[in-house]
Amino acid sequence: MDEGLRSELQKQGVFVTTLEELYNWGRKNSIWPLGFGLACCAIEMMAASMARWDLARFGAEVFRPSPRQADLMIVAGTVTKKMAPQVVRLYNQMSEPKYVIAMGACAISGGPFKQGYNVLKGIDRYIPVDVHIPGCPPRPEALIHAFMTLQEKIDAQQLKGEGRPRHLDPDAPSEFPIPEYGEHDLEPPKNPEVWRPAVVVR
Amino acid sequence: MESLEQIKSRIEAAVPGARIEIVPNDSPSGQRSLLVDREHGFAVAKWLRDDPELRFDYASNVTGVDWPDAELTEKVKVKKVVDGVEQEVEEVRKTVRPGYLEAVYHLYSMERKHGPLVLRMRTANRADQVRLPSLTPLWRAAELQEREIYDLYGIVFDGHPDLRRILMWDGFKDHPMRKDYVEPDDFEYEPTPHDEVLERAWRHYPAGLKQ
Ligand code: SF4
Repeated sequence: MDEGLRSELQKQGVFVTTLEELYNWGRKNSIWPLGFGLACCAIEMMAASMARWDLARFGAEVFRPSPRQADLMIVAGTVTKKMAPQVVRLYNQMSEPKYVIAMGACAISGGPFKQGYNVLKGIDRYIPVDVHIPGCPPRPEALIHAFMTLQEKIDAQQLKGEGRPRHLDPDAPSEFPIPEYGEHDLEPPKNPEVWRPAVVVR
Repeated sequence: MESLEQIKSRIEAAVPGARIEIVPNDSPSGQRSLLVDREHGFAVAKWLRDDPELRFDYASNVTGVDWPDAELTEKVKVKKVVDGVEQEVEEVRKTVRPGYLEAVYHLYSMERKHGPLVLRMRTANRADQVRLPSLTPLWRAAELQEREIYDLYGIVFDGHPDLRRILMWDGFKDHPMRKDYVEPDDFEYEPTPHDEVLERAWRHYPAGLKQ
């Protein structure tokens, strides 16, 4: 519908919308995160939900203690190889629609521990990540920015056709294989279906 | 606190058969330590804890050290007959010191307000004889740190109440803090590689990084 006509109608007290807009508007303003943190970044995540930064402004202050009730997983902190299967399992237990924010250098790439033997080089090896935030740790503002980015992303999702959200696409996977503990490393070390390695452009 | 020499002679009197060595330290701290043989390690540690003069009642830190096989070179002056004349000639002698694993305990006394005393024990080698007595029955504080040493260095502590891996998972086979640990070959792009990481970067991106 034409934007100008719509705002004109609004001035007259007539509100016109589409089901898609209404649906996405509701979804994007009630993203409930899963209440879990893995390392130092989690402290900033908690700060973001407290009075000073007040995540409640975005409808996301209800950190759920159960993955069944959560819409958003904030991977806040270092994902060790020992912890990675549990993180993937939590993700699998969340119900669709679900989103992931990888918060901080550790969660997006392994961060300061990248060349170590015990830290996963980014949670995007096993689960699809919607928003990556760099920083060590990212400030709460950065997390809020990630939230707003995610809201924009949800707002722009079409409910039909190509690129519709996974929960409306019966063929899209909702669970991802959980890595096993191997003798020297996690097996498999990454899920090639999910992971898109960064291309180095020079 | 008494000097290490005094402590050493008192231990030798109290624990018959204990072989104690004072390990020198030529770093600026100059902090020397006591090396105890593993057969008497537990008895010596117990004596250090219970002796009324010393009363080391607090193990503040336990750590492991990996000493791989090392080639030691020393210069020796030897007398030799060169061209019919006896001369002193310098010769370089090479000896191979077999490797071992070491557990290091830092002991303090809360009661006497002194310390630290650094206590070391060494395993016989790095492969199959890697057992040491656990000091956890004496100092509960050592429990998790001995588990960590077991996990990362592979020292097996006899008498430990609950010797399991602590940082890596149970099926894990390697000991990552050993010098000869081989990591999984999973290098990924790194903006500022250096040293070993740079070598790995070259192996993985032969064209890209040399510029
Ligand atoms: S990115 Fe930095 S602050 Fe965040 S978990 Fe890793 S080390 Fe901690």
